Amino acid sequence: MTSSAKQFALEWFSGLGRGAALCRDIFASIFKIKPVWRDVLYQMYFIGVKSQSVVTITGAFTGMVLCAQTYFQFHKVKMDTATLAVVSVGMGSELGPVLTSLMVAGRVGAAIAAELGTMRVTEQIDALRTLATHPVDFLVVPRFLAMLLVMPLLTAGSVVVGIFAAFLVGVCLLGINPTYLWYNMIHYTNMDDVMTGMIKTFVFGGIIAVIACDKGLNCPQGAEGVGRATTEAVVYSSITILISNFFLTLVLNRLLP
Amino acid sequence: MIIEVRDVKKNFDGVPVLQGVTFSIEKGEAVVIIGVSGGGKSVLLKHLVGLLAPDQGEVLVGGVDIACLNERELLPVRRQFGMLFQGAALFDSMTVEDNIAFVLNREGRFTSGEIATKVDEVLETVGLKGIEKKWPAELSGGMRKRVGLARAIIYRPDILLYDEPTTGLDPIASDAIDHLIIRVVQKLKVTSIAVTHDMRSARRIGKRILMLHQGRIYADKTPEELFKSTDPVISRFVNGISDQREEIEL
Repeated sequence: MTSSAKQFALEWFSGLGRGAALCRDIFASIFKIKPVWRDVLYQMYFIGVKSQSVVTITGAFTGMVLCAQTYFQFHKVKMDTATLAVVSVGMGSELGPVLTSLMVAGRVGAAIAAELGTMRVTEQIDALRTLATHPVDFLVVPRFLAMLLVMPLLTAGSVVVGIFAAFLVGVCLLGINPTYLWYNMIHYTNMDDVMTGMIKTFVFGGIIAVIACDKGLNCPQGAEGVGRATTEAVVYSSITILISNFFLTLVLNRLLP
Repeated sequence: MIIEVRDVKKNFDGVPVLQGVTFSIEKGEAVVIIGVSGGGKSVLLKHLVGLLAPDQGEVLVGGVDIACLNERELLPVRRQFGMLFQGAALFDSMTVEDNIAFVLNREGRFTSGEIATKVDEVLETVGLKGIEKKWPAELSGGMRKRVGLARAIIYRPDILLYDEPTTGLDPIASDAIDHLIIRVVQKLKVTSIAVTHDMRSARRIGKRILMLHQGRIYADKTPEELFKSTDPVISRFVNGISDQREEIEL
């Protein structure tokens, strides 16, 4: 093994170890120390309310594109009215959770890593520790809980907007019969599809929070360090979301066939 | 003995910073640790409060070896400490009032009215009454240090640590901080440990001076003894004489 490969493997495993240790600290804090719900609410506002426009636009245009592409293929085999069913299942179980999570990883993951990273390089995290406060209790747990609570709501909003936008495109631009379009969507979309999406986005929310907090808390010194931590938070969260989505799809399809 | 440091060694990326530091501090002492920049003074101070763990050796606070404790076990030990950081390390997302009241708000033992009264009192002690609603970004360097000190003393710790309290301040602001530190130590009767390379400040705020040199405690003297010392290492540092002369071509 070359030295650069060794270095990569070492960094990868140490990152994995740090992430696992952080998860242990988060759950220990949640169960032993009462979370400060005022801090959780503030984070829910920052993560949820302030991400709404980005997530809504993403959902709307993804639904519209998916509707148009599906229609162009289905029209050849006279299956126009099944278009919205495809959009609904696709958005609900795959595109909604994944794209919403990627957008939130870009917006919120970067912000968390930059904020905690700046706190670290300006000794604010050391100050917190000398004030007899565990950084995980004060900084990580509110963000982690807020992310778990808010992500399913953001995804649900994105999926609903996406389906509605697709319906408008189908009816107004592509001329599909609205009654059959709507009926087929209801008929072919199962509760399991919705549940799959919600479980996925819940997991993705946890992934973003843990990776962004870990990168921020272990940020190297200096402005360059903060920049690197921010970039790594977004890149690693996005890659982890995409990889875990595959395994979640396999597992959830077994559990919710 | 409130603090005892026994043969502490610390390396960073293979570079030895502390190479067997040993000293002890009695309750109520005012100690200053001096030494060259980058010589490990702040590293040593961070060992005392458990922000860094030694590679080897023991750090005993009230008889408890804090080097063996994990982050959560260290929290009650740290409650005995108040620390003023070099850059004050105020939380920039909070107002001055919230910064100072941080520990009291977290503990939840006092009503908001009682907390506001205590914040008023400590702000008066540090000579900054009426700035409760300001943000750290609106304060000068000297004001930040005073607010940092107010945050450190509001919960009446037993030990106060100062990391370069006068660095980056003009002589008048430095003088004000020195007098403030002396006043706080006298008023609260706390053990005080400061790290500095400002000899004027060290002479004023310290009753005992430890000199850190090449990773070890080189001298442990009163300010008078230190300033009269004929030891070349001490004398050069105290009088600010470099052993490297650079030739400047004009």
